[in-house]
Amino acid sequence: MSNVVNDKWAKLRAATPARIGLGRNGAGLPTGANLEFQFAHARARDAVHSGLDLDALEIELAPFEVIRVTSAAPDRASYLRRPDLGRKLGEGEMDKLNARPPCDVAFVIADGLSSAAVQSHAAAVVHAAAAKLEGLTLGPVVVATQARVAIGDEIGAALGARLVVLLVGERPGLTVADSLGAYLTYGPKPGLKDSARNCLSNIHGKGGMSYDQAADKIAWLTREALRRGITGTGLKEESNTLE
Amino acid sequence: MSVYHCTLGGEVFRFSGLAEVMAKATPARSGDALAGLIAQSDVERVAAQMVLADLPLKAFLEELLIPYDEDEVTRLIVDSHDAAAFAPVSHMTVGQFRDWLLSDAATPKALKALAPGLMPEMAAAVSKIMRNRDLIAVARKITVVTAFRSTLGLEGRIGSRLQPNHPADDLKGIVASTLDGLSYAVGDAVIGINPATDNIPTAMTLISMLDDLRARYDIPTQSCVLTHVTNSIEIINRGAPLDIVFQSVAGTEAANEGFGVNLSILKESHDAALSLKRGTVGQNVMYFETGQGSALSANAHHGIDQQTVEARAYAVCRAFDPLIVNTVVGFIGPEYLYDGKEIIRAGLEDVFCGKLLGLPMGCDVCYTNHAEADQNDMDVLMTLLANARAQFLIGVPGADDIMLNYQSLSFHDIAYLRNSLGLKAAPEFESWLEAMGLVSETGHLLQSDLGAARLLEAAQ
Repeated sequence: MSNVVNDKWAKLRAATPARIGLGRNGAGLPTGANLEFQFAHARARDAVHSGLDLDALEIELAPFEVIRVTSAAPDRASYLRRPDLGRKLGEGEMDKLNARPPCDVAFVIADGLSSAAVQSHAAAVVHAAAAKLEGLTLGPVVVATQARVAIGDEIGAALGARLVVLLVGERPGLTVADSLGAYLTYGPKPGLKDSARNCLSNIHGKGGMSYDQAADKIAWLTREALRRGITGTGLKEESNTLE
Repeated sequence: MSVYHCTLGGEVFRFSGLAEVMAKATPARSGDALAGLIAQSDVERVAAQMVLADLPLKAFLEELLIPYDEDEVTRLIVDSHDAAAFAPVSHMTVGQFRDWLLSDAATPKALKALAPGLMPEMAAAVSKIMRNRDLIAVARKITVVTAFRSTLGLEGRIGSRLQPNHPADDLKGIVASTLDGLSYAVGDAVIGINPATDNIPTAMTLISMLDDLRARYDIPTQSCVLTHVTNSIEIINRGAPLDIVFQSVAGTEAANEGFGVNLSILKESHDAALSLKRGTVGQNVMYFETGQGSALSANAHHGIDQQTVEARAYAVCRAFDPLIVNTVVGFIGPEYLYDGKEIIRAGLEDVFCGKLLGLPMGCDVCYTNHAEADQNDMDVLMTLLANARAQFLIGVPGADDIMLNYQSLSFHDIAYLRNSLGLKAAPEFESWLEAMGLVSETGHLLQSDLGAARLLEAAQ
């Protein structure tokens, strides 16, 4: 490419994170750009397929009590093919949650589609949010693997929680492979629809929502949900403290 | 409901009803397993295919997969069935129909005349006993010409949608991606944006911006903002320069309800877009998107396999003379199409069925990061679809859609298909490309920077 054209593409590139102005050989992608793409895809796939380091996560969550559970999906391949299995607890897992004093709020951490997101951000978000929930009783933190969002309903019901805050690894993209989402569900019980939840997404360090912002929103939604007895489409997030 | 039997390898297989035969005859895919409809063994699948091959095509007119009273898509299919067009194949079984499609008797002219006589279920049925090469061989015989400011579907050409999405709908960012795409000769089917914020003011801003850009360069193409059809109707009422109405549709009334549409809303939008008379070489004003698995994910599949439901969506599309129809084949995720093999098969089935039913069928050759697929699989599918003469394919910068977080084809890939396979863009667009100095007389993308420099110049 000539320098003049190159300079003009550089200006345009600043306007978007899209992969523009890559150059070409014939119709082929230049080697460097091709390998950059392969790297981004490899990182996204690793985020989906690598397992969570549960011991490390538990250490980061201290002093919270941590309970580990697995969904009904026995492995990653089943998890990807059978969304229904990822939404319910595996056999016998419920026993780990029963016979506890009821609580206002239970945090559930689900690996979802990005263990990288959970490993990087979940503990920090739990600590930041818990610090803003003074006066409420918090249950143990439940870490669920091969798990989807709705597993929080069964867990929350078993713990006798009034509200569940479920943190989950979101579907990784090429640019951001470690984005965390948060779902708040009032009155958790199996069979709830997604319209009964409030969702925050894009919690990550590459221009996404910061831990503090996420914690503020989670705290605001939690208190409003407990006060009004509802989450979902009936509760609009209006905490603009940091915007 | 009829019961069908087949004895194969000493084992007796029994299927209750046409829907079960269809589901079990379908090449394996995760969505049918998720729905509990898939054949329990490879041999059972072949047994179902043998039953299917022996069924008369007429059986689909007699045993409706979803009852007439329950579903407006069924009513549309039955009421619009053209018995005269069907007559040449009405005596055939599904297997005989496959043989005929592959034969020289099935000329482009005969196939075009047949389209209104075929129910989607007949197209789906025959596709289930066709190999990938069969699907390509028949699809490439079918020509469907549609037009607005450019003419699509002509022999020796492949169209492209330029998809310049931006996660914050940033206008400069969208223009940057659009110019990049135009420099690769992409955008003759449509320049189409998926807005990150789906509301009327955003869509109107994007529509005006695209229309200004198109007018400034005098590009013979059309633009589209992929917002809900009810938004498009309102946008037309407010006087924005809307070219093409977009909508996602599915193959059952209940699934369409999940998309917030029905046939009467679609008709209203079609009439509204036609009233603007913005097309110069044609008046195909609709752009539909479909994809296997959408009905199941809305729990609105009526126990029918996902490929057959997908074909029924094409009945909805063809009622509104679309400019383009796009199967977004790998977007929905691995619970419906698990890996590259399943995505490739589904992409070929959809383009085959769509074309057989008379639609300007294209494909978003794509996958998500949790599917067992990669760009190599997309390379295979795009090359196959170009040979099947898909109406158009989608291109995004560097194959990476930064708003929707999935991978499609790159602008480079569209250029590869044209350069390597000798295919051209739409004729009006091609003349423009030549005048801009972007392609040679043969439609080959030029290595020179002159065309790109001219594009960038005008953008300053």
